[in-house]
Amino acid sequence: MDWILGHLDDIGGYTVQHAWLAGLPLLLGLAVAVPLGWLARRRSWLYTPIVAGTGLLYTIPSLALFILMPLVLGTRILDEENVIAAMTIYTVALLTRTVADALGAVPDDVVAAATAMGLGPVRRLLTVELPMAVPVIAAGLRVAAVSNVSIVSVAALIGVPQLGVLFTDGFYRDFLDPIVAGLVASALLALLFDLAIVALARVLTPWHRTPAAARSGSEAPS
Amino acid sequence: MIRFEGVTKEYADGTTAVGGLSLNAPTGAITVLVGPSGCGKTTSLRMVNRMIEPTAGRITIDGEDTATMDPARLRRGIGYVIQHAGLFPHRTVVDNVATVPRLLGWDRRKARDRSMELLERVGLPAELARRYPHQLSGGQQQRVGVARALAADPPVMLMDEPFSAVDPVVREQLQDEFLRLQAELGKTILFVTHDIDEAVKLGDQVAVLRVGGRLAQLDAPGRLLADPADDFVAEFVGRDRGYRGLAFRPAPPLEPREEPTVPLGAAPEEVRRVTADWVLVVDAGRPVGWVEPRAIDAPVTTDRLHRGGTVARLDGSLRAILDAALSSPSGRGVLVDDDGLLLGTVTASAVVAALDGVPRTDPVEPPEPVER
Amino acid sequence: MTRDVLDWLLDGAHWQGGEGIPLRVWQHVAYSLIAVGIAAVLAVPAGLWVGHTGRGRFLAVNLVGILRAVPSLGLLFASLMILGPKIPGELGVHVPVQVVLVVLAMPPVLAGAYAGVEAVDPAARDAARGMGMQGRDVLLRVELPCALPLVFSGLRSAVLQVVATATLAATVGLGGLGRYLIDGLAVRDYAQMAGGAVLVAALALLLDLLAATLQRLVVSPGLTGKTGRRTAAGETAASSDPRDVGVLTEGSTR
Repeated sequence: MDWILGHLDDIGGYTVQHAWLAGLPLLLGLAVAVPLGWLARRRSWLYTPIVAGTGLLYTIPSLALFILMPLVLGTRILDEENVIAAMTIYTVALLTRTVADALGAVPDDVVAAATAMGLGPVRRLLTVELPMAVPVIAAGLRVAAVSNVSIVSVAALIGVPQLGVLFTDGFYRDFLDPIVAGLVASALLALLFDLAIVALARVLTPWHRTPAAARSGSEAPS
Repeated sequence: MIRFEGVTKEYADGTTAVGGLSLNAPTGAITVLVGPSGCGKTTSLRMVNRMIEPTAGRITIDGEDTATMDPARLRRGIGYVIQHAGLFPHRTVVDNVATVPRLLGWDRRKARDRSMELLERVGLPAELARRYPHQLSGGQQQRVGVARALAADPPVMLMDEPFSAVDPVVREQLQDEFLRLQAELGKTILFVTHDIDEAVKLGDQVAVLRVGGRLAQLDAPGRLLADPADDFVAEFVGRDRGYRGLAFRPAPPLEPREEPTVPLGAAPEEVRRVTADWVLVVDAGRPVGWVEPRAIDAPVTTDRLHRGGTVARLDGSLRAILDAALSSPSGRGVLVDDDGLLLGTVTASAVVAALDGVPRTDPVEPPEPVER
Repeated sequence: MTRDVLDWLLDGAHWQGGEGIPLRVWQHVAYSLIAVGIAAVLAVPAGLWVGHTGRGRFLAVNLVGILRAVPSLGLLFASLMILGPKIPGELGVHVPVQVVLVVLAMPPVLAGAYAGVEAVDPAARDAARGMGMQGRDVLLRVELPCALPLVFSGLRSAVLQVVATATLAATVGLGGLGRYLIDGLAVRDYAQMAGGAVLVAALALLLDLLAATLQRLVVSPGLTGKTGRRTAAGETAASSDPRDVGVLTEGSTR
C-alpha cells in the first residue's frame, strides 16, 4: 500500500499512456471497420470474406503482433506505433462484423424510404443508416474497448511503457503491490472507456432517450 | 363447461385487469371473449389454465375448481392456441404436434400416428410433416398450432387471437375450416379476439368486455347485433350492425324465379338468343358466372365471365341472400341448393319485401348449455 | 521474411523431439480445452438459469463486463504469486494459468448462454408452458435446444480468445506454442516468433472448424435456416375444391 501511495505519479503516467495506446486504436479501428462493414453489407458476396477475414486477425497472439509489427512497419521494436497498429488490427477484427450486422439490422423500409426521398448511398449511410446503427456499434465498441485495455498490457513484455509494466515489474521483483495497482488502474480505465462510449451513444441517439410516452407502465396484458 | 365465478385479477400496482367476471362457457360451444385492448380478455383466458393466477373468485371446469389441480396436469388437458402459433422452431412439424402426447407418456409411434392424423384433419398435406416451422407460411403455422392443441384430444380449448397474425384471405379460410372442425369435434372453446366480426362469425355466444375486465354483454351474436345492452357495446359492435345482423336471421320463405341459362362453351349467338340482358352461365347444373351478350364474340369460357356476384343457399342467412342479389351484375341473386345446383334467382326488392314479413326481433335464442 | 518463416516451419528438426511442434501443439490444445471446458461447466448452466428465470441478470451482465476488463497478464502474475506457493509442484503454475484462461473464457460463454435463452421466441415458451411443460421441461426441451446456436457462438468465441492468450503460459515457464514467441523474443529470432504465431492462428482456426462441425451436428436444422425456403404448397390446397370452376363464390357469411 505504501508503495502505491509513493508511486502515484508513475501509476498516473502509465495510466495516461495506457489510455492513449488503447484508446487511439479504437478510433482508428472504427474508421477502418465502418467502410469495411458497409462494403460487406452492400456487396453480399463480400460479406463472408470480409467478416471472416477480419475475424481471423483476432486469432493472432498479441505478443506476436507486437513483436512482428516492426518488420511490417519498418519501426523500431520499442516504438509505440507498433502497439497502436496492433491494437487497431484487433479493433478492426472485433468491429467489422458488428458494423456489418448493425447496418444489416437497419429496417429495410427505413432504407427504402431514404432511397425514395433521393438520398445517395453515401449520404444515406451517413445520415440514416449509421445513426440508426449507433446502439449496436456502441455495444461492439464497448467490448473492443475493454479488450484493448486488457491486451495493451501485454506490450510490457517487449518493454513499451504502460500499466502492464507494473505487472512485469511486480512479477520480477516478486512484489504484489504494483500488480494490484495495475489491475485496479486498468479496471478503472476500462470502466471509464465504457462510460464514455455509453454517454457518447446516448448523445448520438436522442430518440432513444425520450421515454416512450405511449407506454404507460401499468398497462395490463389484454 | 368452463365457469367463471366472480373472477378478479389485480396487479401489485393496483390496476385491475379483470374485475369480478362471472360467465359460463357451455360444453361443446364456442364462447368468444371480445373487447378493446386492455379489457382483460387474454388475462381471463390465461387464468383458465393458470398461466395467470386470479386474485379472487374461482374458475371451474366441469365443476372442478382449477385452483385445486396441478397446473401442469391441468394444462395437458386443455388445448392452447396462441397468436403467433408459438411452434418450437427446433422440432419438425410432426414432432411439434406430438408434444403433448409425448408429455402424457404415449409411445413415439402412437404419438406420430396421431400427429399425422391431425395434420390431415387441419388440412395440411402429409409432406409438410418433416418440415421445420420456418419453412411454413403463417397460415400453415397456425394450422399446425391448432393440430398441436388438439393432439391429446382435450375436451377444452383456449384460443388467444389464433387467426389475427395472418392476412385476411387466409384468416377467412382458417375461420371457415375451424368452424367445420368444431362441427365435427364439439369442443368446449374459449376464444379471444379483438375483432368483432370474427367474434360474431365464430361465437355461439359472445362476451363483450370493457376496459378493466367487466362484462358488458353476454349474448348470442344475433342478439348482440340486434340489441346492444348499452352505448359501449353499440359502439363496439359498430356500424352496419343492422345489415350484419341479417346474417343471423334465417331466410323468409322465398320463391326463386326461374333463370334462363347457357352452358359453359356456348356460342355468342346462343347467348344472344336468351336475352339482351346479363345471362347466367352454368356448368353441370352449377352456376359459374354471368356474361353480357353484347360483349361476347367467341364461345363462353371461364375467363370471359363477369367477376362479381355471390351465390347463396336458399336456406342460408338473409344476409347471404341479400348480398347475392346486391352483388349480382344483373340485379338477380343466384340461389342454389345444398349441393350447389341452381334453383333460380331472386331480386333485392323481393328479399326486402319478404323481410317485412319476418319479426324484427332476433329469433335466435342464446344457446342452452349442452351437457354431455 | 515470409521465406524465413516458411523455412522455420518446414524444418524437419522443429517437428521432432521433446520440444518439437507436435508436443507444443498438444500442450497448447490441452491448456485451452481444459480452460474452455471448465468455463463451460460453470457458465453454461449459470447462463441458462439466468435466462430461464430472469433472476440474477444484472449480476450476470456486470460479471461479464468485469471479467472482460481484467488484464490477463496482470491476473496471471498475481494469481501465480498468490496461488503458486500454496499449491505444490507443477500444479502451482498450471492452476494460475487456468485461472487466467477460465476468467477469459467465462464472459463470452456466460453471455452466449443467457442471451440464447432470452432470444427464444416468447410465443414458443408461452406455448410450452400452456401445454403443461414444467419449468425443467421448458428449459431442457425448448429453451436449451433453441439457445444452442448462441451457446455455441459463445463457446467458439471463447476458444479463439483462449487459444491466442494461452501463449502467455510460456511467460511463466510452461509450454505450449507461446514458447516459440518467448524463446524467439529472447534471442531475437523473428522467424521462430512468426512461425509460432502462424501455428497459434492455425490451431485457433482448426479448433473453430471442429466446433462448427460439432455445432452443425448438435443444432436442429430448424434453427439454422439451412433447410431451404418454404414453398406455397398446401396453403391453397383448401380451395382446390372441384366445384370452384367459376368465379361465383359462396357468400362467406356463416
